[in-house]
Amino acid sequence: MERLEFRFAGRPGTPLSADGEALVGVVGSGNLEVMIERADLGGACEASVDTSIHGFGDTWQQVIGDFVERRGLANIRLSINDGGATPAVVMLRLDQAWAGLGEKAP
Amino acid sequence: MIPARHSFLEATARARVRGLLDAGSFREFCGPAQRRTSPHLPALGMPVAFDDGIVVGEGTIEGRPVLIAAQEGAFMGGAVGEVHGAKLTGLLERALDTRPDAVVLLLDSGGVRLHEANAGLIAMGEIQRAVFDARAAGIEVIAVIGGRNGCYGGTSIVARSCDRIIASEEGRLSVSGPEVIEAVEGIEEFDAQDRALVWRTMGAKHRRLTGEIDEIVADDIDAFRSAVAAVLGAPRPFDLDALEAEHARLAGRVARFKGAKDAREIWAALGVNDPDRVSDIEADEFNRLVAVLEGDRP
Repeated sequence: MERLEFRFAGRPGTPLSADGEALVGVVGSGNLEVMIERADLGGACEASVDTSIHGFGDTWQQVIGDFVERRGLANIRLSINDGGATPAVVMLRLDQAWAGLGEKAP
Repeated sequence: MIPARHSFLEATARARVRGLLDAGSFREFCGPAQRRTSPHLPALGMPVAFDDGIVVGEGTIEGRPVLIAAQEGAFMGGAVGEVHGAKLTGLLERALDTRPDAVVLLLDSGGVRLHEANAGLIAMGEIQRAVFDARAAGIEVIAVIGGRNGCYGGTSIVARSCDRIIASEEGRLSVSGPEVIEAVEGIEEFDAQDRALVWRTMGAKHRRLTGEIDEIVADDIDAFRSAVAAVLGAPRPFDLDALEAEHARLAGRVARFKGAKDAREIWAALGVNDPDRVSDIEADEFNRLVAVLEGDRP
């Protein structure tokens, strides 16, 4: 197992506007679960990844960084348990998690 | 037009819970945000799941209060580890306090999570005891089987400890799985690759015909929901008389079918005219067949 921690600037200074969380995906071979939570991070975003495949930190950073930027996220914490998913599957799950969080918005 | 079906088999544990309960009624206990994950898997270098592969909570079915659990078959084959088992045991114990109309267990599991060894085995014993405590208090416990893993090992023992079992044709119920039997007894005894053999030996239709499963439904979440709703609040007797009657039934079954080499011989002996067709017919036709057979019994 390898644990990776990332922090992205997001939109600095943005106040936390809501709370809530969503969980999508299931940990399995080539699959992953993503929990997305709103948290007061001063507008930043954080991600922690536990993955069964070593040595892909740069790829994770790029995929998650792209997701945060593309969606214009702030005050989001992502927690990921990974069973060796490909970047395309990871991106799919991230978008699915964001959609799931939207369904629960107050 | 064919009415839309939402496959129970294909759904995740969370989707099954959402589909069985009244919309918006579900309240989860020990949800994933609490991160109650397995303490054992990281030591083995294996990924954990935030809910340890099981969803537990409360809600309503047609307005009636139930406690519900759903095993996530895609995480480690739905196998029962320490946290997973504790969530199930805790849910059953809660029933003693809140007295719901039923505890509904959506089982999809190969049994004990062997990575967690003794903790998983102990958990299985605790779950079974909690099922019996709930039943002794007059609370119905319903097992539902329709996932890809079927219901094997200790989980099958838990299922048979419940008041009743509702399953789809896709469901399987057995203590030992096909691969285990083949490994122990040899491929001449049981070919685990022979899916027709697996289903007619462990499949839900066979288990229904031999009296271990109570109802067969189509692989449709709404069909499961209707079947559960129809039996809510109808616990079976749980006393010495019921136990002795069940032992007598099982002894009679062994005596009657001990010479059978294949499930089809048993079906024929039960009065099925065309045993080779049983595997092919849909749930509705199968249930009509069962009704006829049971109506014929003295």
